Amino acid sequence: MSFKIIGTGMYVPSRAVTNDDLAQIVETNDEWITKRVGIKERRISETEFTSDLGAKAAQAALDNCGCKAEDIDLILAASVSGETSSPSMACMIQNKLGATCPAMEVSAACSAFLFLLETAAAYFALRSNYKKILVVGCERMSGVLDWSDRGTCVIFGDGAGAAVLERGEGYLDAVINVKGGDDVIKIPHGIGCSPFFKGEIESPYIHMQGQETFQYAVTSLCDDVNTLLERNGLTMDDIAYIVPHQANKRIVDFARKRLRMPEEKMFCNIEKYGNTSSASVPIALDELAKSGKLNRGDKIILCAFGGGLADAACLIEW
Amino acid sequence: MVQEKIIAMLAEATDTDASEITAETKFSDLGIDSLDMTEMAMDLEDEFDITLEMSPELNTVGKLTEAVEALVAEA
Repeated sequence: MSFKIIGTGMYVPSRAVTNDDLAQIVETNDEWITKRVGIKERRISETEFTSDLGAKAAQAALDNCGCKAEDIDLILAASVSGETSSPSMACMIQNKLGATCPAMEVSAACSAFLFLLETAAAYFALRSNYKKILVVGCERMSGVLDWSDRGTCVIFGDGAGAAVLERGEGYLDAVINVKGGDDVIKIPHGIGCSPFFKGEIESPYIHMQGQETFQYAVTSLCDDVNTLLERNGLTMDDIAYIVPHQANKRIVDFARKRLRMPEEKMFCNIEKYGNTSSASVPIALDELAKSGKLNRGDKIILCAFGGGLADAACLIEW
Repeated sequence: MVQEKIIAMLAEATDTDASEITAETKFSDLGIDSLDMTEMAMDLEDEFDITLEMSPELNTVGKLTEAVEALVAEA
């Protein structure tokens, strides 16, 4: 017994920041960003915090399936850019929704939404009284960026995505992998000002090795998708859509080429939002669901990769 | 064989006539960036079943060809 997705929702701040806007801040230009990462604009919060974005996406997902906050048995949320470490974003979202159920965070950076789904599946198996679980990925990535580093500040955006899961049979299989280490991607924090600490203090912004990240992303995406197909006796023809983490258009394009997939089956909206880390898969899923292109019974694959290093993919029957 | 493969990949990636690419051609002259290099390295790894460590020293078609040929010979 696992779950089916009965509602999706997303929320992004209203302020769209274009590549030309960024060219006013760092030495870059629209052509370079478009060619290198495939992003035209991203949404950046001016007043809202991460949990505000998460709560609005969560409310949209509840509205989408006609659920109320009190119908939810558990809230699972993820973020690498929360305004507080404690309370967790899950607790903040619970409060803003007016829910009373348990709420907790699962940390797996850009892959976190897939880890939330896997955790939800485990809870449905463990707790027979749980009927509905709300999962939320929410990020204000603009708060963890070095805005003088043109290599990273052009890539990310703010936003949140959510889904309401109901006990059912739609979550068919999943692959999750972790190769722990901080040499490729990291966001240092929790440094504080201890007078006793003698270690090296790093700036609390995203540090990322571009080439290594690219290679890891493409390899893990292809491996995870192929594992799911092989394990379930499926071919790409059986899959209606792949919804990948929107990290970089070139990662998605190169992976698609290696998977020998038609372009129309790989959902991509990075040009509008940039990389929103844990929010990117649920935002993409919500846009795909609302586009009317998905039919009940369609098989789709969600997949993600990122800091950890952590990567994951799951096979879902819509 | 390795050099022909690299030249064919570069010609396709940069929309350049293969006859204009030689062993002396620098990747920077073709407008190749670091992610293009990573894509090419991953394709070469698959093609020749090797593990290729890219480095800034491998900046021409000829140098990359030698590196790949050495790895193929070792395998």
